[in-house]
Amino acid sequence: MLDALKDELLSQVNAAGDLAALEEVRVTALGKKGRITGFMKELGGLSPDERRERGQQLNALKDEIAAAIDGRKADLARAHLEARLQAERIDVTLPVRPETEGRIHPISQTIDEMVAIFAEMGFSVAEGPDVEDDFHNFTALNFPPGHPARDMHDTFYLPDAGDKKMLLRTHTSPVQVRTMLNKKPPIRIIAPGRTYRSDYDMTHTPMFHQIEGLVIDEATHMGHLKGCLIEFCRAFFDVDDLPLRFRPSFFPFTEPSAEVDIGCSRKGGELKLGNYGDWLEILGCGMVHPNVLEACGIDSTKYQGFAFGMGIERVAMLKYGIPDLRTFFEADLRWLKHYGFVPLDVPSMAQGLTR
Amino acid sequence: MKFTLSWLKDHLETDATLDQIVEKLTALGLEVEGVEDRSKELKPFRVAHVVSAEKHPDADKLRVLVVDTGTEKLQVVCGAPNARAGLKGVFAPEGAYIPGSDITLKKGVIRGVESNGMMCSERELKLSEEHNGIIELPDDAPVGVAYADYAGLGDPVIDISLTPDRADCAGVRGIARDLAAAGLGRLKPLAAEPVKGAFASPFGVTIEAPDACPMYVGRYFRGVKNGPSPKWLHDKLVAIGQRPISALVDITNFITFDLSRPLHAFDADKVKGGIVVRLAREGETLAALNGKEYPLDPSMTVIADHERAEALGGIIGGEASGCTEATVNVFLEAAIFDTVRTAQTGRKLGIESDARYRLERGVDPAAVVSGMERATRLILEICGGEASDLVIAGEEPQWRRTLTLRPGRVAALGGVEVPRDEQTRILIDLGCEIVGEDVDGTLRVVPPSWRADIHGEADLVEEVLRIHGFDAIPATPLPRESVLTRPALTTKQRRVGLTKRTLAVRGLSEAVTWSFMAGPVAELFGGVGEGLTLVNPISADLDVMRPSILGNLIQAAGRNADRGYADVGLFEVGPAFRKPSPDGQDIVAAGIRAGNAVPRHWAEKARGVDAFDAKADAMAVLEAAGAPVTNLQVTTDAPGWYHPGRSGMLRLGPTVMARFGEIHPTVLGTLGVKGPVVGFEVFLDAIPLPKKKVGTARPLVQLSPFQPLERDFAFVVGKDVEADKLIRAAKGADKALVRDVTVFDVYQGTNVEEGKKSVALSVTLQPTERTLTEPEIEAIGQKIVAAVAKATGGSLRS
Repeated sequence: MLDALKDELLSQVNAAGDLAALEEVRVTALGKKGRITGFMKELGGLSPDERRERGQQLNALKDEIAAAIDGRKADLARAHLEARLQAERIDVTLPVRPETEGRIHPISQTIDEMVAIFAEMGFSVAEGPDVEDDFHNFTALNFPPGHPARDMHDTFYLPDAGDKKMLLRTHTSPVQVRTMLNKKPPIRIIAPGRTYRSDYDMTHTPMFHQIEGLVIDEATHMGHLKGCLIEFCRAFFDVDDLPLRFRPSFFPFTEPSAEVDIGCSRKGGELKLGNYGDWLEILGCGMVHPNVLEACGIDSTKYQGFAFGMGIERVAMLKYGIPDLRTFFEADLRWLKHYGFVPLDVPSMAQGLTR
Repeated sequence: MKFTLSWLKDHLETDATLDQIVEKLTALGLEVEGVEDRSKELKPFRVAHVVSAEKHPDADKLRVLVVDTGTEKLQVVCGAPNARAGLKGVFAPEGAYIPGSDITLKKGVIRGVESNGMMCSERELKLSEEHNGIIELPDDAPVGVAYADYAGLGDPVIDISLTPDRADCAGVRGIARDLAAAGLGRLKPLAAEPVKGAFASPFGVTIEAPDACPMYVGRYFRGVKNGPSPKWLHDKLVAIGQRPISALVDITNFITFDLSRPLHAFDADKVKGGIVVRLAREGETLAALNGKEYPLDPSMTVIADHERAEALGGIIGGEASGCTEATVNVFLEAAIFDTVRTAQTGRKLGIESDARYRLERGVDPAAVVSGMERATRLILEICGGEASDLVIAGEEPQWRRTLTLRPGRVAALGGVEVPRDEQTRILIDLGCEIVGEDVDGTLRVVPPSWRADIHGEADLVEEVLRIHGFDAIPATPLPRESVLTRPALTTKQRRVGLTKRTLAVRGLSEAVTWSFMAGPVAELFGGVGEGLTLVNPISADLDVMRPSILGNLIQAAGRNADRGYADVGLFEVGPAFRKPSPDGQDIVAAGIRAGNAVPRHWAEKARGVDAFDAKADAMAVLEAAGAPVTNLQVTTDAPGWYHPGRSGMLRLGPTVMARFGEIHPTVLGTLGVKGPVVGFEVFLDAIPLPKKKVGTARPLVQLSPFQPLERDFAFVVGKDVEADKLIRAAKGADKALVRDVTVFDVYQGTNVEEGKKSVALSVTLQPTERTLTEPEIEAIGQKIVAAVAKATGGSLRS
């Protein structure tokens, strides 16, 4: 008889289509007036032996039905959730909410790369003003007044300040002068910054950036200059066997002076850097002229060292294939998006200079 | 500086190939800019003879030629007006590449007549711009010979870029000397036997300005016959791009390029009385050989006769006394002029000349007479006549100086060992004299007269290294001062990078704009500082140093909008200029936003930029740069280029750290930019540096185990009461418990009294010792209400 009840109740449980129907089944079977409860109530009228046996049977039935109800409940809940989630479907192909991330200008990124490399060689960064005087920009750097080398600089002048001829620095070399005037050797600095020359065409802009390097101590010689710049250029351009050529040249503030070419190929109108037999000029350098050391209060019989200067836009153009110098200063968002760098791409020698 | 290979070989005995010479020149610092070997390009072009010329049967302007190329007779159709039988010209066969027109000739049929090649114009051979007719050669031109050989164009032309210190290499001989010293051959001796004068010069020379012209050598020639130069001279000058004029002028030019010894030839019959070297007089002018008239001033050196200025010393001759074909009597000048004065005069008058190029660099003071003698021989040889005695005014400037060279310095400075004997060999080959040696081995060296650029030991070291070869210097790693390097950047410098990357993360792109701007634009931003207007601006719109970066960024926003990109976010970290002194420029981080802050989107409501976008940018910069942002005060006195009611300044005490807000519509209107545009300027230098403290540890963090709780308060206050006052009051009500106060609603309108507004604050309380009881919370609420009421006169909204 209990077997028939069990089959009946189980089929009711399985037939319950929702939680309410299932609750009805539970009340019918296990509620105060439920059928199993009813049988339980009848136990009192039985002999102790019968009662024990019947009680065990009823308890087993009760547990089985309760478990079936719980199972059914979970199934229904799952089905219900499934149905809800189906109804909540969205079009995930819709575009995300607008976010804008800006870009770092190639000049800043290039300077950061250079600082990362030179920092490894023990250089620190020095700075100086854009508005300079004739002494720091020319005289202290061994440009005699009237010397044709001054002509090569296309200087922007400001009104004289007293007896000082004021100008916009034509190179970052006055930072050399300011550093030497303020600090005793050993000196190892780089100085990136804005520079100005009165020239505006395809390959010249009235403002551009240079980076200056200066090493002064008692022993640094031209071999070190070569070693330093070879290391730098190979790391910066990421070409391990990049050849460098040092050609004698002339700058008033260095003696000996050299211009430095890096190896390249121009085959088919495309510029490639590397050991291809052709050469491309990228920077000027030399051993600091004794007159410059003396003008900056440094004993030229004791101290010596080297200096170099390099155009930042020029090497950025070479490294990143940027064709036109003038576009650097146009603040064209399309250009910045294309040639700029994501802000968290911070160059470091540990993590790599270039992604 | 251009010269041909054969010209070089006039001075240098060498077996070196062209490639070896070119490579060595660059290694010596005589950078080769280009080598033009026209014999290669002109190989297919031959001297040809036009045997006959008939009118084209079907075209009036064309002729049908029969051309004898030396090997065959070909039919050629030609349109040149001067094409005629008997003419000798230059023929290009089919298949030849025509450099002047960048085409390769094909056999063609022109209006029904077959044409096998072409008779060429000068332009087609890139000899000149002449294209009115085909080249006409003299009757004796040998048919069939390569034109390049016939015309002397078979000689490779080398173009070097000279550094300003090397006046000696502005002459071919100087170049040959460097090559010889570098082991590429032997410098040939230079014949300079003096020519004995046949008579006394009728002209004397007086130097009235010995500083401007320390030495002047003159010579009178009579009975010369001027005319075209002989072929060798003509070809030499043509090869290096000089235009032959007449034998007399060509000889002076030849000596200029050969020995870097500029000369000037006067037509003596046009010079009155004699030569006076003096400074120009106020108001004096000179009609120069280039056809222009120049106003002179007393800073300039003139060569005058007894009446007027006839030439600008060291720069250019005068038209009136120039030599012509008719010149019979000549006065030839070789002089030394002050380099600085020459450079300044040339710059002032804008005259570039071969004489100036050399004299402003400084020519050999000991070769004035020998240069004159070389020229004398050539004049007598080519133009005949006879030469006077030399007239020498002034004297050879003192150029001998004894320098010292410690041979050890070459290794110490150059990083390469060069044996002592090799050092002396190099110096001697360059023309130095070794006049002695000290007991410690120091050499006493007299540099040659033509090397005014050698002043000291470093210069001598350079000469040794240069000739020995920079390539021979071994690259040496820069020794490390310590195993680990110290940071390259100071705290201030590091802030700049952090600022840039913070702003870029916030959606602004970094611009780099000119440090200049137009004067009127500067006026919109407080005006240009005194002494910051350029004397020689490159253009009127870049004529002052910018007082603010914003003007440039706003204009950039306008340009981007014009290109169709109206939603703009740009920043720049760079200088703004107050005074023309080292402390007169500030590092400013400036930025602008224009158009929509939130663009139209299916999920978001579009929103135009407002002052709070700019404020947020400014605060982010301040935070990144390490400013104590919680202590900043906001004031509403931003300068006039901001909207007066929608802008502010962020101050630490009295110091302005930043300003922000909407850009004033008048400024936008003047710059032609559509608004709204908001901007900010942060003064990075004004942000205090962190106090130097011991160690890097931060104060211990107190993390409360108790739940924070939020309570909301809506206050009714006067409509002009600043929200900041409510926030500060609420925060100050219980500094220990009130952790944060935010404004979640500001309302004016229905249910709020006229002239008042409702400001709703959410206050976060953070208990640290125990959970707060309801009465305690109630008590804090009352303290907050009281504090706000006291600070603002506001009351809880009922």
